[in-house]
This record gives sequence, C-alpha cells and structure tokens, in this order.
Amino acid sequence: MLVVKTEGLTKEFRTGFWRTRVRVLHDLNLEVRQGEIFGYLGPNGAGKTTTMNLLMGLIYPTAGRAWILGRDVSDVAVKAAVGFLPENPYFYTYLTGWEFLNFYGQLFGIPSGERRRRIEELLHLVGLSDAGKLQLRKYSKGMLQRIGLAQALINDPQAVFLDEPMSGLDPVGRKEVRDLILSLKAKGKTVFFSSHIIPDVEMICDRVGIIVNGRLIRVGPLEELLGSELESIEISASGLDDAAMVEMAQWSVRPPVHRGEKVFFAVGTEKEAMQVVERLLKMGALIHAILPHRLTLEEHFLREVANREPGRRASPEPGRRGGP
Amino acid sequence: MFKIQAIAMNTFKEAVRDRILYAILVFAIAMIAGTVILARLGAGSGEKVIRDFGLGFISIFGTLIAVFLGIGLVHKEIDRRTIYTIVSKPIHRSQFIVGKYLGLCFTLFVNVAIMTATLVGIIYFFGEGLWDFRLVAASAMIFMELMVITGIAVLFSAFSTPALSAIFTLSLFAIGRLLNDFMMFGEKYAGATAGKVIGGLYYLLPNLARFNISTEVVHGVPLGEVISGMTILYGLLYVVTLLALTALIFQRRDFR
Repeated sequence: MLVVKTEGLTKEFRTGFWRTRVRVLHDLNLEVRQGEIFGYLGPNGAGKTTTMNLLMGLIYPTAGRAWILGRDVSDVAVKAAVGFLPENPYFYTYLTGWEFLNFYGQLFGIPSGERRRRIEELLHLVGLSDAGKLQLRKYSKGMLQRIGLAQALINDPQAVFLDEPMSGLDPVGRKEVRDLILSLKAKGKTVFFSSHIIPDVEMICDRVGIIVNGRLIRVGPLEELLGSELESIEISASGLDDAAMVEMAQWSVRPPVHRGEKVFFAVGTEKEAMQVVERLLKMGALIHAILPHRLTLEEHFLREVANREPGRRASPEPGRRGGP
Repeated sequence: MFKIQAIAMNTFKEAVRDRILYAILVFAIAMIAGTVILARLGAGSGEKVIRDFGLGFISIFGTLIAVFLGIGLVHKEIDRRTIYTIVSKPIHRSQFIVGKYLGLCFTLFVNVAIMTATLVGIIYFFGEGLWDFRLVAASAMIFMELMVITGIAVLFSAFSTPALSAIFTLSLFAIGRLLNDFMMFGEKYAGATAGKVIGGLYYLLPNLARFNISTEVVHGVPLGEVISGMTILYGLLYVVTLLALTALIFQRRDFR
C-alpha cells in the first residue's frame, strides 16, 4: 500500500511588489510505500519543506494532487493517522512539556486516561521525563526538537513526517533521532523525512529521493541509486624514489598525498590498478593497501546538484573522500 | 467541540501567563479604586461619579485588552509558526478560529468580572453599603460590546499585521460608538445619495452604541427598559458573521 502518493504536484508562490509567480515545485510524482523510511534529500531551498507543507495541508497546490494513506490530503480526517514535526519548530513557550503534549493529545480527541499514559511514555522515550514540569521557554534547542518529536507521535501515527529532524542537534542528539526513526520502522510505521545531512539519510533510509531546484531528479533504493560502479581505486605504498613518484603521479587521477612514509594515490580502473601494482613491485616499493572506492551518497548528491545548479562545487572538498 | 475547547483553553492559558495582561488589569483596578477620590470631590453625587467613571474604566480597559490580545491572536500563531503543528492535526481551520476567539472571550470575561467585582465592592464599602447588581447588567453589555470588538480584531488579525489590525480595529471601534450620530447627521444634512451611503454603512458597520447602557444604569432607569433582546441578538449575529468571514479568509491562506 502507498502511504504517500503525489501526481503532478506543483506549487507557485507570488513574490515581490508585482506579485510575480515563482514556481518552487515542479510536477512532483512521488510514492512512499508502507513501512519504509524514505529520505527526502536536497540542498536548502530545493523544495523539501514546500513538499512537506503541501502534504500536511499547510499550503495548497497550484496544480496536481496528493494522497496520504489513500485519502486526499485536503481530507482533515486523514491527519488522525499522521504525525508531523515541522522544520525549526516554535512551540507555545508558556506551556510545560506535559501541558504541551496534553494539548496536542486533546486535538486528536484522545481520552484523558490514555492521553496521560501516552504522555508519560513519550516523555520517557525522548528522554524528557524530568523536564515534563518545566516550561518550554526553559528548554534547550535539542530538548525542543525532542519534545517536537514527542508531539508528532502523540497519536501513535501510521505515518510520520519529519522536516529536517536532525538540524541543530549535536552528534548524540542526531544518533538518538536516528535510533528513534529506526524504532518507528520496527513498529511498522512509515517515516518520510527530509534532510540535507547526507550521512543521516545514508545510514537509515530504505529509499531516497533527491530534489534540486524544485524537481525530483532521482528516486530509488539507496544501493540502486549509488550503483556498484567503481569511482576509483585507492592505492597506498611506501619506499618510492623520485622517479617512481613522477611515474605514479602520471597514473593517478588526482595529485598523490604524502602521509609520513606512505603515499596515497588513485587510479580510475581495475586494469590500471593491476598495471600500477606490477610497476610498484618491480620498483621495489612496499604496497600497504588497495581499496576500491565507490560513490558515497554525498558524492552522488553533490554531482547531481552540480549538474543542475551551475556554480556549485562538483566534488567535495579534498580530504573528505573515503580514501586517505 | 472538545477540540475547540482545547484551543480555547490554550489561548486562555497564553493570556493569563502574559505579564502585560496583569499590568493592564492592576492599572485598571487602581483606576477604578481611584474613583473614590473623584467622588469625594464631587459633593452630592459621589456614588454616581464612582459608577459612571467605574463603568467607563471597565469599558476602556476591556477594549484595550480586547484589541491588544485580539490583533495578535491569529497573526502570532502564523508568525511564530505554531500554526504548523495545529493545522497538521485533525482539526478544521474554522474550529481553530472559533477556539481562539472563545479563548480570548473567556479571558475578557474573567477580566471584566474582576473589574466589575471591584466596582461593586467599592460601592458597597465606600458608598451606600448596598450591593448594586445593576452594575453587573451594565458590565454584561460592555462584555457583549467587547465580544464584537474582539471579533473585528480577530478578522483583521487573520490577514494583516498587528499594527495595521490595531489601527483598523480602533477606527471601527470609534466609528461604531458614533454610528447613531453619523446616522442623524446623514438624515439631517446629507443629500439623497450621501444619505443612502450613510444609511448603508449604518447597517454594515457595528453599532457599538447599542451596547452602551451605562448612563441609563447610573441614572436608575429600569433595566427592562434599557436591555433589549434584539441588541443581544444583534451582537451575537454580528460576531457569527465576523467569525465566518475570518474562517473564510483563514481557510484560503497558505502558511509558509
């Protein structure tokens, strides 16, 4: 069963003095299946939040339609089975954590006994049991993000929509959110979350959609998206004289890097790797490692963005690759 | 209904946890209590002065609270993006508007009740030693007027900034108070076309003067003669129309 389906979803906003139309989402056709974690990936301003807000009925589409759990998103009743955490959420700071969750529980019409039990459970789940009586104005950013997650789960939803749930969190907080998303999947929930933090998406998503400039440019399972094609083969060796270094620099697809006695360089194909290894052995060099290097999601993402947004860097900064 | 009640109670909580509201209320009570001094100065008609000024202060400070809280009521939710987590819940946008409105009305009710109790208490302790419950009737009509003013403020709040909403609401408040005079002016001096325009506006704009029975109450006119069912019905219908308009505007809005 499809949890999310959109057909030709398009959104235009009017901006500026002359109310010019700006199209921020182009003909989006998206499907999210039941029980999967779907990562919606894109640079800032790509249209992630617009998509999320269209699905949540916060804004209306200019064209196209969207369904959640088989019902049109304009049907208020469908929201009973949905949880949502907006991007950079602002909450009612005058409420305590407990009152805050109680309020949202009331909006779902959850009976008081069940509500009380659910609030205690959620406060425990997000690690805020001791902060339940504290007003939200005294919460840290991480605590606000966690209470936000708790409000998204108050109705035990079938589908959870999280807009940038890891933004602003420290590494520990991000891991906690990742674990929480995985535990939701384990309970059979569907999670649709947007992010620009690629490692988070890579670590937990079943399928990924990449959106750039309001257009969905890739969608599919992670392994399919990344493919099995080799990007390069990293070789590290030591004991090379100057002549050998010059020769290796010619083979390498990027400038060799020295670390202590070791030299790291990369060749483009398996055949080239075999030839280089043969030459190195002939020159009496010591080979430490030969590592095939496949594209990470980050590299894949950056290439896609660079192809569609001229002026952006095509490759990540040196030193951030998987190799040396 | 349960959901509307939840929104209303949350709105009430927000208001009562705002220190500015207390500041206004304390100031209002001090002003009402200050009427005792005014009464001492006006020999002979002391209690009338207390009643007259007391009801005047209740109306002024009630209007202040209604406008001050009303203009930010919806705008603040959009500006602070708290609306995101509300609209994404199984609740109609119109329910949200009604809930916010009722929450603010409840806040006003509590404030007007406190101010009225202060005034009735002052009359008892510093005046005739009688509980004057006719003042409660005058306050009830002030509250009715505040309900209409709040409706106007909430309507503007749904599509305008707080500053502009305040200007619009206060302008309508002033016009509403003087509407009968405008009508009289229209009938007396204006030509046929202008007379028709004024006549049309008379029925369109809120006639707030209808709710003002303070002078009659102070001067002992029997309550049966000054409170009419039609006025109450007029107020309620006006509020329902304002809320329906607000909900209509709010329904079509994009929140981004």
